[in-house]
Amino acid sequence: MAVEGQIIARLKERFGEGTFRSMGIVRDRVVKIAIERKDLFAVCQFLKEQLGMEHITSITAVDWRDRFESVYHLTSWKRNAMVQINARIPHDDPHIDSVVPLWNGANFHEREAYDLMGIVYDGHPNLVRILLPKDFEFFPLRKDFPQEVDRQYVSRRKIGGA
Amino acid sequence: MTGALIDLFGWSYALASFVLWLVSLPIALVNWVAMQTGAASPGPLAGLIGWVTGPGLTGFVAVIVAVNILLLWATLLHLLTVMWIERKMYSRLQDRRGIMIGLGSSDILRRTLGPIPLLGRPFRKPSHLGTGFLQTVADGVKLFQKEVITPTNADRWMFHAAPVIIASSTLFLFVAIPWSDGFWLMGSMRDGVPVNPWGILVILGAFSVAPLGILIAGWASNNKYTLLGGMRAAAQLMSYEIPLLLSIIALVVLAGTLDPFQLVRNQSQPLTFGLGPLGRIQVPFLPNWYIFNPVLWIAFVVLFVTVIAEAERIPFDIPEAEAELVEGWTTEYSGMRFGLVFGFKWLRAIAGAALIAILFFGGWSGPVFMTVWTPNLAAPGTQYPIPILPQEFWFTVKIYVIFIVFVWIGWSVPRIRIDQILNLGWKTLIPLSILSILLATLARGFRWF
Amino acid sequence: MAEMWINMGPQHPMTHGLWNLRIKVDGETIVDAEPEIGYLHRGYEKIMEVREFQKNVVLTDRLCYVSSITWSHCYCLACEAVMDLDVPERAKYLRVVTNELQRIASHLMWLAAFGPDLGLLTALLWALRERELFLDLIQLISGARMNQNYPRIGGVRNDAPPDFEKYCRKVIVHFRKKLAEHEMVFEQSKLFQVRTVGVGRISKEAAIDWGVTGPNLRACGAAIDLRKLDPYDAYPQLEFAPAVEHGGDSYARYKVRVEEMKTSCDIILQALKKMPAGPYRVKPPRRCEGEGFRRTEDSRGEALFYVIGDGDDRPYRVKIRSPVFSSIAAAPIMMRGSKVADVVAIMGSIDVCVGEMDK
Repeated sequence: MAVEGQIIARLKERFGEGTFRSMGIVRDRVVKIAIERKDLFAVCQFLKEQLGMEHITSITAVDWRDRFESVYHLTSWKRNAMVQINARIPHDDPHIDSVVPLWNGANFHEREAYDLMGIVYDGHPNLVRILLPKDFEFFPLRKDFPQEVDRQYVSRRKIGGA
Repeated sequence: MTGALIDLFGWSYALASFVLWLVSLPIALVNWVAMQTGAASPGPLAGLIGWVTGPGLTGFVAVIVAVNILLLWATLLHLLTVMWIERKMYSRLQDRRGIMIGLGSSDILRRTLGPIPLLGRPFRKPSHLGTGFLQTVADGVKLFQKEVITPTNADRWMFHAAPVIIASSTLFLFVAIPWSDGFWLMGSMRDGVPVNPWGILVILGAFSVAPLGILIAGWASNNKYTLLGGMRAAAQLMSYEIPLLLSIIALVVLAGTLDPFQLVRNQSQPLTFGLGPLGRIQVPFLPNWYIFNPVLWIAFVVLFVTVIAEAERIPFDIPEAEAELVEGWTTEYSGMRFGLVFGFKWLRAIAGAALIAILFFGGWSGPVFMTVWTPNLAAPGTQYPIPILPQEFWFTVKIYVIFIVFVWIGWSVPRIRIDQILNLGWKTLIPLSILSILLATLARGFRWF
Repeated sequence: MAEMWINMGPQHPMTHGLWNLRIKVDGETIVDAEPEIGYLHRGYEKIMEVREFQKNVVLTDRLCYVSSITWSHCYCLACEAVMDLDVPERAKYLRVVTNELQRIASHLMWLAAFGPDLGLLTALLWALRERELFLDLIQLISGARMNQNYPRIGGVRNDAPPDFEKYCRKVIVHFRKKLAEHEMVFEQSKLFQVRTVGVGRISKEAAIDWGVTGPNLRACGAAIDLRKLDPYDAYPQLEFAPAVEHGGDSYARYKVRVEEMKTSCDIILQALKKMPAGPYRVKPPRRCEGEGFRRTEDSRGEALFYVIGDGDDRPYRVKIRSPVFSSIAAAPIMMRGSKVADVVAIMGSIDVCVGEMDK
């Protein structure tokens, strides 16, 4: 069986079908699964220890206006396979477990997701802003933060005559 | 051996007497006026005229004039030329032409001299394609017109004293090094030849004062980085003093004298090797330079490496490594104060090269060339010899060649870390220099070489 | 002496870009390090949500301005993954050729910065002199030396000029000879060995744990090259071997990049020979829905673009994964235990490009 089929089979065997909202094969050697945030750490630990995903490529935060998603891209160099995990997070309670205890490489990626999107990773050793100034108050990548085309450009002539 | 062109004390004395004679002219005028109005001869101010033109004051002014001539010689000739050599040479190593502002870059000269048919050719080239000699002058002028800033919390007296210490000790080096048989400031005449019995020791002592100035500069600037740079520089320079001294001791043991004049006189003879009980053998065409003596080869290598380290050139320039500490211990200096410190680093390199030239390459001795005999105005009836290629020329050529080797090495290799520099100094160079002392002592004892 | 924190940067002549490295020193030894980034944050991911898919290529060029074609290429691959687009064969080969030319130019820029870090200032001018030749080649094919806006979703912008293979061959033959000279200047100098061997060592397991990829990982002994493991474009049809060194120190990282330059020369010549005739571009759909990602072997490591479209002609979300972002996170591991003077050697050998790190 090809490696992507093996991964899906073992995940189903370990966690059962109900944990996954969807499971699929994106393309050659790439598997995509969608889970709820409560199962994240267990799934990641299983993938790292049993299925050999040694490398976390990236952690993305997406703002679908009714929910957040924390998307993980894991890589196994040995088996030459990738797994994409979409973890759903409710919009009013943006907390999720941190995977830094499993992969140290997740450290900076989670800081960036917190910095730009505001998702709090519980268990992160040092969750402070990384790209924006430390005293910045907003989370710019959220959809309710105005885009440049939404902000009105007010010329100096209109502000108090100067 | 060719002759010396500049007779420093003679010329200074002549210049001083001339200047003091000019100074005494208005006094003599006043004296003559006073005599005309009734005072008896020789007049009331005759004593003053006598004192002004007498040997005591003339001698004093002659020394001041000599020091100033030496200062001009060091800075105007050597410093500018050496800076030009370095910049052109490393540019060529990097496959580019380097500084190119010369006389032909000046608009006035191009407009006036350019139209002349043959001689005006240099002034018709593209204006930024000259030799580049004026660039160093321009850099000096730029430094003069910059604002001299003292950091707020700096230790003011120490901050101002540090460049003075560095500059004065380097100039003292220049005073201590003789530049030919006539161009010297430290020594005395004995039996018609100059001698300076402890010359090498004085030179080495002057070399050693600069680390103090560097440490003071690094500390007084009130800056974490300059402190680090100053401490590194002090550690490096002080630990490289020892192999410097020891390798020179090896040569001194073999030569038997600390006198730079005697060392050069030894090296002006034809090359002779002593073969112990078999007698001596002479090689006709080569001079007796100590570089040809195999016993001293280890000492030469140690001395060469140590002089590069003392002059803080790459590969030993970690104290002012731009990569980490911006400018190192000179960061807080601006304007001509920086120019002083920066320029005197080059002068130390020149002094180091001069030391190597005196010790190993025969100093100012050169092959005998034609001499032009001119009437001697000071002693009528005799003739004054003017050598075509004088000793100062040969000494300068040797210094520049050694300096070119410094530049060549410096711009082809990376720099090494401070702890690696100190390891090299203490664990490699000191044992090697002690070994060379041993070899020199054996050679001298058994009359070999 | 007590332990103190020293700031190297953000204004520093040799940090190659705008970032701050705080190191905790105990005398001359480094006890800990903490990189502070974000000085060059330009808000890329937010801006890309209001530009059309193709117009974002102008932005991705400027992510790492030293190696622009490779970044735009990765973005175009991600968009093609979302749109399910097949690129013509000739376009695949053209992309490979321009990627490798850009990789050599980027590595030469790294070499030109690495030499002066160690004190070898001659290397700056020699490496830039060779880089000019490759920038001329890139200008010949794409019209610009930097920020070329060359890859397109569906292919490339234009075809190669008629004599391109001849010029490439001339330049590469000349470059191989000059590269031997550069290697000689670096490697025959014992001082260079003393400065880089054993300095900034990181083990293979630690590197993979911290997310290090690319030449930095290949220097630790792991033969991981995405052009071989997860090939894209015309790489499956080309034969080459990734450069691997064992050592994990700055010398190994230097050696890997020099070998990569040689490998890239071979790849370019192979690809030019095998390039078929045909169209160089297909027209992509204007709107797309879905999500897709693609990763490539950028000059500095594994670059990944994750694009989500929601039916509009602009992306809904673009995520940029930069290899330098993860290498910087691993930098404290490499620096603990070294001396202050080694920091520049280590940072220089990691090849930091702040533009892609800060997005």
